[in-house]
Amino acid sequence: MSRLKQLFEQKSENILNIYCTAGYPALNSTIPVMKALQESGADIIELGIPYSDPLADGETIQNSSVVALRNGMTIAGLFEQLQTMRTRISIPVILMGNINPVLLYGFERFCKDAATVGVDGLIIPDLPPYEFEITYKTVVEKYGLDFIFLVTPETSEERVRRLDALSSGFLYAVSSSSTTGRDKDFSAVEKYLERLKSYQLKNPILVGFGIKDHETFSRAARHSNGAIIGSAFIKALEGQADVAAVSRNFVKAVLN
Amino acid sequence: MQVSYKQPDEHGYYGEFGGAFIPEMLYRNVEELRENYLKIIADPSFQKEYTLLLADFAGRPTPLYYAGRLSEKYGTNVYLKREDLCHTGAHKVNNTIGQILVAERLGKKRIIAETGAGQHGVATATVCALKGLECVVYMGEKDIERQAPNVARMKMLGASVVPAKSGSKTLKDATNEAIRDWINNPNDTFYIIGSVVGPHPYPDMVARFQSVISKEIRAQLKEKTGTELPTAVMACVGGGSNAAGAFYHFLDEPSVDIIAVEAAGCGIDTDKSAAATQLGKPGVLHGSRSYLMQTEDGQVEEPYSISAGLDYPGIGPMHANLFVTGRGRFLNATDKEALQAAFELAKLEGIIPALESAHALAALNKLKYTANDTLVICLSGRGDKDMDTYMREMKNY
Repeated sequence: MSRLKQLFEQKSENILNIYCTAGYPALNSTIPVMKALQESGADIIELGIPYSDPLADGETIQNSSVVALRNGMTIAGLFEQLQTMRTRISIPVILMGNINPVLLYGFERFCKDAATVGVDGLIIPDLPPYEFEITYKTVVEKYGLDFIFLVTPETSEERVRRLDALSSGFLYAVSSSSTTGRDKDFSAVEKYLERLKSYQLKNPILVGFGIKDHETFSRAARHSNGAIIGSAFIKALEGQADVAAVSRNFVKAVLN
Repeated sequence: MQVSYKQPDEHGYYGEFGGAFIPEMLYRNVEELRENYLKIIADPSFQKEYTLLLADFAGRPTPLYYAGRLSEKYGTNVYLKREDLCHTGAHKVNNTIGQILVAERLGKKRIIAETGAGQHGVATATVCALKGLECVVYMGEKDIERQAPNVARMKMLGASVVPAKSGSKTLKDATNEAIRDWINNPNDTFYIIGSVVGPHPYPDMVARFQSVISKEIRAQLKEKTGTELPTAVMACVGGGSNAAGAFYHFLDEPSVDIIAVEAAGCGIDTDKSAAATQLGKPGVLHGSRSYLMQTEDGQVEEPYSISAGLDYPGIGPMHANLFVTGRGRFLNATDKEALQAAFELAKLEGIIPALESAHALAALNKLKYTANDTLVICLSGRGDKDMDTYMREMKNY
């Protein structure tokens, strides 16, 4: 059974997924950050693969990518860092990246290396369902990885159902149509999450974009299985030397 | 099987290139356009308004000019398709008129665009003024500096010009910013893309609007030479919209040589170039799979060209298909060769071309033609916007 599936079987509420950019703020901070996140109670880690030209990222995450690339982070370098990850990290780890670097690395090679180091799932926001179905689905399945699609408030019910059917692990509900790191009108988000809930989808739902602290996390989690925090965590890490302490404090503040 | 080089399949693929690689946040916008653009374009009321605006507002048909002294120098027959005589100074307006009419019919109130040299930004600001719609143009900070007259024109036309400060601060970054704006404003905003790039259906839609160029070339050649088909059609390629327009009605005519000229910058063997077919590999940028200049790790390379309009790390998917199938020949011209060609055209024909178009003209030096051949070169824009560069370089030519 996949680690994600196992997690959601054990715990269906208040799942906290923290996003951080691999190689940020320092090239070798990836593992210390992950370790601290796990120790302080995060349920899932979403590792972003830095990219020069991201479309869905807001300024904060894009800037973290610029720093990570400047630090020398690459896909090959990331897999190198993750090689012994499973001796220290037991919670699910998902890679999030744009399709271009993955294609250049080689899609199958990417999936194989991800599975080898113990990665559980992939989020590639600019790989749409059509391309996924005709070309990439069988490869993802061959290596036992979960693949997570995004839905937004603009996604029709029919399409939500299609994306749910193609996803495994969980479904990523973008809180509103926007790039990352922007504040949201939460009552609209709540209505949208209730609508998703009423569809009785096969996957659990985690909410992302605009979740930044205890209050927004609790509100989002009340109407879903949990939430994903990215930009706010990246901001907290900015310019910090003791990344482990920052990570621990951040997670504690969100959960309590 | 290759059915036609002109049009993509239903998923937006030209052979192996194209598609719609977009995050879900853009899906509804792009899908709304995909579902409607062909119906809208085919509507007689659209065609009537589009044709009228092209004629009376943009100044079409543009002349197909027999460049006598240029022809004499190269020992062949050179015709220039005078897109430089379009309103706003370049072919870009053919497309922005088309897209603003589509936007209007989709009920959109706010228009965004990206621009490199500023020609597409000016053309977009122009049609927004014409239609009374709000206009926001994203332009790389570096391009804002080097294309000041076009920035002033956009502002005078009522547009807001927003500097793109990320990455290389040029066209690709302006495109990223425009796409982000679109993600954040999904309901009332229409994104007028200026080239044959972006997710399906943009490459197809823009190519269709620009295809008025080759449609006119065929009719004008028939009138002037008795035959519709030239030996070759040449055009510069950044993203490739003037080239797509100049090639369009010749793509399925195997006898016509299709010649695309990319910007080699300081040379394709230097690290300052924008020749995507020579230096790139297949990759995904701005929503479609095409040829892309990228590092070994899949990060997009920062291109370079003296011409802001060709300073883009990729080409449109239609062109990538022409390249890999061999239907099109892809040459390149350096900054120096383009400048040489620009000064040559000014002196021989009394026409100051845009730096972009000068790259297409530079191909004349790279090919051998005979007195029986007929070449059509798309003169995509005029050189007014490049006068600072020309003034700086004048002593060398």
